[in-house]
Amino acid sequence: MKKYIKDLQVVNKQILSAEYYLLELSSNQPLPEVLPGQFAEVEITGSDATFLRRPLSVHDVDYDKNTISFLVQIVGKGTKHLANIEVGKILNVIFPLGKGFELIKSSENALLIGGGCGIAPLLYLARHLKKQGVKVSTLIGVRRSSQLIELDNYKKYGDVLITTEDGSEGTKGYVVNHPVFENLKQYKKIYTCGPEVMMKAIAKRANESRVDCEVSLENMMACGIGACLCCVTETTEGNKCVCTEGPVFNIHNLKWQI
Amino acid sequence: MADLKVNIGRLELKNPVLTASGTFGYGEEFADFIDLNRLGGIIVKGTTLHHREGNAYPRMAETPSGMLNAVGLQNKGVDYFIEHIYPRIKHYDSAIIVNVSGSIVEDYVATAEKLASLDKIPAIELNISCPNVKEGGMAFGTSCPGAKSVISAVRKVYPGSLMVKLSPNVTNIAEIAKVAEDEGADSVSLINTLLGMAVNAETRRPVLSTITGGLSGPAIKPVALRMVWQVYNAIKIPIIGLGGIMNATDAIEFFLAGATAIQIGTANFIDPQVTIKVIEGINEYLDRHNLKSVKELTGALQVVK
Repeated sequence: MKKYIKDLQVVNKQILSAEYYLLELSSNQPLPEVLPGQFAEVEITGSDATFLRRPLSVHDVDYDKNTISFLVQIVGKGTKHLANIEVGKILNVIFPLGKGFELIKSSENALLIGGGCGIAPLLYLARHLKKQGVKVSTLIGVRRSSQLIELDNYKKYGDVLITTEDGSEGTKGYVVNHPVFENLKQYKKIYTCGPEVMMKAIAKRANESRVDCEVSLENMMACGIGACLCCVTETTEGNKCVCTEGPVFNIHNLKWQI
Repeated sequence: MADLKVNIGRLELKNPVLTASGTFGYGEEFADFIDLNRLGGIIVKGTTLHHREGNAYPRMAETPSGMLNAVGLQNKGVDYFIEHIYPRIKHYDSAIIVNVSGSIVEDYVATAEKLASLDKIPAIELNISCPNVKEGGMAFGTSCPGAKSVISAVRKVYPGSLMVKLSPNVTNIAEIAKVAEDEGADSVSLINTLLGMAVNAETRRPVLSTITGGLSGPAIKPVALRMVWQVYNAIKIPIIGLGGIMNATDAIEFFLAGATAIQIGTANFIDPQVTIKVIEGINEYLDRHNLKSVKELTGALQVVK
């Protein structure tokens, strides 16, 4: 897929919680095709404390409005600086990058599992899956209920299931403690993004139940286009760049102990 | 429009802007963003005799005005390059230069010999300065006898233009540059990355899997400029300057300090179009200063004595 470098304008910014914000960017030209699971490298304009771009998952693309949005968690200096950008300002963005999720066919069931900011790429995935007739369930795991964001958006595409570590909403515990794991075979495929320890636990259970499973990795990157070879993960075919061969990988192509 | 052509020994470049090895893949990665035919040269990823998996993740740490890397020369080996990559990139109207690395002298020699048979590879860059491999690499570039052993051996088998990439992790870089010149190198490129380290205070762990890695980016530009100047005053063969060049002004500074051409490295990660902007910026500078050729800038630093 052709990659673009474009100046996009911030048309909407929503502070969702102390940690999360949503940026909606618009282009003066029609946006190129973006697949669910792909990401962008966003320039952190005017930040002395950072040097590199930041890779951000595509949260949603609205071709009617010609906007692309990113759900961002403040994790360091770059994402903190970006949180202060004002509506109307320009961000330089390289996109679409990486390979996306492999979609299943209509009338099959999909389980989408997001941990923390790992929900970011799942909204656009849910939108695509539903569009082609897949029954979507989204399981969201957070530490406490105050971290639950954007639930109504996910509900547009199917059921939303919740776990909280403190039990303040939904099932108490981690995502793998949710009752849905007692009958994983009802799903044709599991798609997940979040902390690696969570994805490994899910991969183990998916493997035991013989359910296909794709994970989206968040390795640290410099270039995002396969030039620096910094973001590699170990696969059955050796070290592969997460930015170009991923960020989505089938669990059987990774060398995880599951 | 000024004349941007430069000569690196027998090698003529259409302009003095090359891409630094390990920051530009094989060029193809950037084809969506720029016209690769406009570059003076493309120095492809470090190539070794045999396939290398490179170091474990994490391989990168962002640092003030720069970054550390510890990639460790991940590549599929010279035979794979010749069979699969070379046919795809040889048609570019830009000097395609292969960066050659190894653990022992014999590996450098065997790799250089294989590359010598390729019509569209006019030069190799001998990497005696990689800080991220356990054996070889920088070990050759940090002592005069080490540098001499590998450069003289490769010179015997490689008839093309031989560029030697120098390590900044030495007390006196001019000494090593002199060895390169004496052993028949056509040019030297400097600097490779500076050995550095990043620590996570919260976890008390090193950030990189290898603990130490190579520092690049604008943080190292003053060191690079100083070394280019020192080497310029010590040798007569052309110098290709690199280290933290982010724009045309940085490039001009390297020319003034003694470089004939420059390489752009880490900046490619932030702006994949930076090379073209630098070429255009150099041209604009030359016009503004009424200079006919970029060659007039090399070593033109005005030092009041």
